[in-house]
Amino acid sequence: MEDLIEIRWHGRGGQGAKTASLLLADAAFNTGKYIQGFPEYGPERMGAPITAYNRISSKPITIHSNIYEPDYVVVVDDTLLESVPVTAGLKSSGAIVINTTKSADYLKKVLKGYDGGIYTIDARKVSMETLGKYFPNTPMLAAIVKVSKIMSDEEFINDMKGSFKHKFAKKPEVIDGNMKALEMALKEVNKIQ
Amino acid sequence: MSIRERLSGNEAAATAMKQINPDVVAAFPITPSTEIPQYFSTFVDNGLVDTEFVAVESEHSAMSACIGAEAAGARAMTATSANGLSLMWEMIYIASSLRLPIVLSLVNRAVSGPLNIHNDHSDAMGVRDAGWIMLFSENNQEAYDNTLMAHRIAENENVLLPIMICQDGFITSHSIENIELEEDSEVKKFVGEYHPKHYLLNDKEPIAVGPLDVQSYLFEHKAQQAEAMKAAKDVILQVSKEFEEWTGRHYGLFEEYKLDDAEIAIVCMNSTAGTTKAVIDDLRNQGVKAGLLKLRVYRPFPGEEVANALSHLKAVAVLDKADSLNAAGGALFEDVTSSMYVAKKQVPIVNYIYGIGGRDTTSKEITTVYNDLQEIVNTGKIDNPYRYLGLRREEK
Repeated sequence: MEDLIEIRWHGRGGQGAKTASLLLADAAFNTGKYIQGFPEYGPERMGAPITAYNRISSKPITIHSNIYEPDYVVVVDDTLLESVPVTAGLKSSGAIVINTTKSADYLKKVLKGYDGGIYTIDARKVSMETLGKYFPNTPMLAAIVKVSKIMSDEEFINDMKGSFKHKFAKKPEVIDGNMKALEMALKEVNKIQ
Repeated sequence: MSIRERLSGNEAAATAMKQINPDVVAAFPITPSTEIPQYFSTFVDNGLVDTEFVAVESEHSAMSACIGAEAAGARAMTATSANGLSLMWEMIYIASSLRLPIVLSLVNRAVSGPLNIHNDHSDAMGVRDAGWIMLFSENNQEAYDNTLMAHRIAENENVLLPIMICQDGFITSHSIENIELEEDSEVKKFVGEYHPKHYLLNDKEPIAVGPLDVQSYLFEHKAQQAEAMKAAKDVILQVSKEFEEWTGRHYGLFEEYKLDDAEIAIVCMNSTAGTTKAVIDDLRNQGVKAGLLKLRVYRPFPGEEVANALSHLKAVAVLDKADSLNAAGGALFEDVTSSMYVAKKQVPIVNYIYGIGGRDTTSKEITTVYNDLQEIVNTGKIDNPYRYLGLRREEK
């Protein structure tokens, strides 16, 4: 792993991008890393574009600013692709992971020639099949772990069991569905050639 | 043995309060400090503390309740931000002049208006002359550690002043980061029990608190407050030393980061100091002798020590996260420059107002400050000592 990995999340208020960034921080913390997980607070309301961030490093992190040149970008909602500059500053050595069923041609066009890795996942399908409801953040969390290789699939799955037990202490009935969503999402990530 | 955890700055402050287990917490919610009393109220409900939690109807009442509790002989804490602190303002002065060692967690936010809920230091700067000890915290760890040290400092009989622990709203208060926590029992041992010498509920010694103080007394009482503030400096160092013996984490009046052999340096407080450290590491790799003085203790202001620590530099930039709107520089700049003048240390110093209303301060911007300082060293000229960092300007 690089000394410092920086990730930017784009989602809409209510889709759980902030929660996903905090869960990713949690999972990386559990593998012994130094972490930051923080949202950019604006005038937030349901449906408005929101941004969240992660820094993950093997060394202590002192920097306290937003992330302008991320290694990875996660797009939780593909309707943002035409309205938010999601690839701004994104390193070509990195990758973007998008929740979408749109065609490769469309994605290449809206990503304005971004020449790093482009990955897609149908988080709606994963979420509906495993949770019966649309919660895109859990599949997207698995997708970014898969693409960034911050930790192995196995380490990730084991960590998340513990995190979900803590997070869903008051509604344990959703833990199984969320674990299934993670496992399925790890297999559903596609790289666009 | 420290416990490896990950917490937001607000969680860190609330956790310290839980471990301190004060007699009274009185608070009113305001962004971005709301989570602190929110978390604390769950500790109360879950029986993790035996604190009397007073859900007051305003911040004025929150500080009033803390004053009442401390005067009665109890340990009282509260948390607030920005306009919440503004509403406390009257009682902030009462608390310090009655010599009540209240502990306040201040999650720094811009004071309205126009309305803004994001971080700057205008709330803290508005009470800088109110007689409170003020400690600033770079991250969640320092917010936690400073809170654990707060009562030992404030309750010392040579001090007996209220204390506020500052951290940056959202930037650290809502960011999850690694932190080392201490065991509950160890915290309890370090903080100790509070046995005030004089208090209202002592039936063996009836006293009055806060009576009329006329022309023949107020001046002397103010001088005593000033004496206590001076005495606080040594007490802070002593408590910090004991804290280091316990946890291994070192704290002084300020932190010097690669300052010893530096030629140019930034002076700032809270989270921007962390970003500055990352920039310094980069610049050092390029051979630039950059350094940082991160102020921890803002009140009492360690003027002599700051002046000495900066005296060898070729140029210094003081970063103020609040504009004093006085045409003469920010508060920290004024404190630093007047200290340098009094100590007869002549170093070129410039002031930058930055990060107002939550404007993000980037590594690139901090780098430009060091570039500016290099230019001052090279040319020996300062065109304008009062500058902005990160201000959007109209294209010419």
